[in-house]
Amino acid sequence: MKRSIAGRLWPNITAVLLIIGFIFPVYWMFATSFKKTPDIVSDTPVWFPTSPTFEHFETALNADNFWTLVRNSLTVTILAVVFSLIISLAASFALARMRFKGRRGFIVGFMMAQMAPWEVMVIAIYFIVRDADMLNSLIPLTLFYMVMVLPFTLLTLRGFVAAVPKELEESAMVDGCTRRQAFLKVILPLLAPGLMSTSMFGFITAWNEFPMVLVLNKDAEFQTLPLWLSSFRSTFGDDWGATMAASTIFAIPILLLFVFLQRKAVSGLTDGAVKG
Amino acid sequence: MTVQTERPPSGPMKVHRRTNGGHGKPPESRRAGALLPYLLLLPAVAVTLVFLGYPLINNGILSFQNLNMRQLIQHLTEWNGIDNYKEILTGSDFWRVTGRSIAFTAANVVLIMLLGTLVGLLLARLGKRMRVALLIGLVLAWAMPVVASTTVYQWLFAQRFGVVNWVLVQFGFENMAEYNWLGGQMSTFFVVTLLIVWQSIPFVAINLYAATTTIPKELYEAASLDGAGAWKSFTSVTLPFMRPFLYATTFLEIIWVFKAFVQVYTINAGGPDRLTEILPVYAYIEGIGNQHYGMGSAIAMLTIVLMLALTAYYLRIVLKQEEDA
Repeated sequence: MKRSIAGRLWPNITAVLLIIGFIFPVYWMFATSFKKTPDIVSDTPVWFPTSPTFEHFETALNADNFWTLVRNSLTVTILAVVFSLIISLAASFALARMRFKGRRGFIVGFMMAQMAPWEVMVIAIYFIVRDADMLNSLIPLTLFYMVMVLPFTLLTLRGFVAAVPKELEESAMVDGCTRRQAFLKVILPLLAPGLMSTSMFGFITAWNEFPMVLVLNKDAEFQTLPLWLSSFRSTFGDDWGATMAASTIFAIPILLLFVFLQRKAVSGLTDGAVKG
Repeated sequence: MTVQTERPPSGPMKVHRRTNGGHGKPPESRRAGALLPYLLLLPAVAVTLVFLGYPLINNGILSFQNLNMRQLIQHLTEWNGIDNYKEILTGSDFWRVTGRSIAFTAANVVLIMLLGTLVGLLLARLGKRMRVALLIGLVLAWAMPVVASTTVYQWLFAQRFGVVNWVLVQFGFENMAEYNWLGGQMSTFFVVTLLIVWQSIPFVAINLYAATTTIPKELYEAASLDGAGAWKSFTSVTLPFMRPFLYATTFLEIIWVFKAFVQVYTINAGGPDRLTEILPVYAYIEGIGNQHYGMGSAIAMLTIVLMLALTAYYLRIVLKQEEDA
């Protein structure tokens, strides 16, 4: 089917407009963070940072508590993901490899849990944490984030475990391995890529979490980066250069992870994740 | 951020059962084996019950209490039965916010699904280089952390020096110079909607595009042999193929947009004058902000029930599609 010139042109023109629309906000964040202040507060926008500066990054990095917050964010996120991986590994093995009563019920239960409306539960969580005398602490955050990412981790890992051929495990058991050894020596190494991508999605969720830390940790020393970023502008009085630099600092790790993950996400879907 | 996966039990599992039975293990070990899956699931189930189940129950408990700042400080428990619910359901605020939430969700989801589908179909039509460029743009928008995106949108729509107002003035809308987007209800909703649609299109478009690549080419050839034009082959081949995906994704988007606390709260804290509060933000501001914790919990409870119903319906769709597949 030959297409006319107009028929070939309009998809490309639409695509160009869309590319601009989707990239521009991200570009503008980077561009602003590198521009000199007069170029930011100018009546006609300066489209490129012609004489780039790092002063805004310095402002952001030297903000009060910045490094404490980086440490908090990393601690909470990494611990939550690691705990959730360990717990999920055991459960996903059971769900992928074993037949038992209530198996489907457990799966549906975890699917429900994955959609849990955490945003709306913050009042109840506030009271639980307060009664445990744990406000302004990283421990409750870690535990709740662990449970927040657990259903996704578990259900995804289950797919990865199911994809490891059963025969590999069986032949290891024929060769004298116990079931546990077969799991540790045969399946676990094959799961490494799956563990990587699953844990990165968990990392993104926990890194971005906002409502819970907003409610639980009022003390600046125990906050995390999303809270810092959301209040940055009011703290720094409309310093857009520094605010965009802060956004850049916060977004960069996630943007990198995502670019790395994208191939896997799409191929996972084309492998039939949509239709099961 | 992903579509639920659920694989039906496949061949190897049946093999497994046969080998297990055939080995003739001693009965005690078989009984221990029968317990093993439950033991493996125990930690996951336990932490979920403690950290997800208990807050849900606690939310219900709090919603039957008269719990304000005084009770909070003095650790008092004052039951007031269903007074909170009575007050909420007979007042006009809750219904106004609920109506607003539904309208907000509907507008966003319609835009996301419509534009997402069009962008997905466009991806399938583009040449390789253009497609990769568009995919990069989509992935960037998808990956941007929500709080970073709202901050960037605040800057794009800033009253002074914001690039959007400048562009509008260049296009001849002189009165848009120094327009305060976050000063009005509808204009704030406009910015939030643009933000959410911008963030959500990539998920729909990329997954839809991935799904179109699985449609067998022969179907299109057959359709074109039968004299079907572009529109006809879209409605008779593409659409039926995509329907389960579109249906499930629509519900997923409804759930996500309905609880879009972070976007709405970080862009303008539900303002101006509490006019852009949607249910999760309303529950937070009533509960934590105004320290009417009992009332906030009751609002939250009603929201949770609504969300659970939506989620249950969504899962029914997804699980049914799997059985049919």
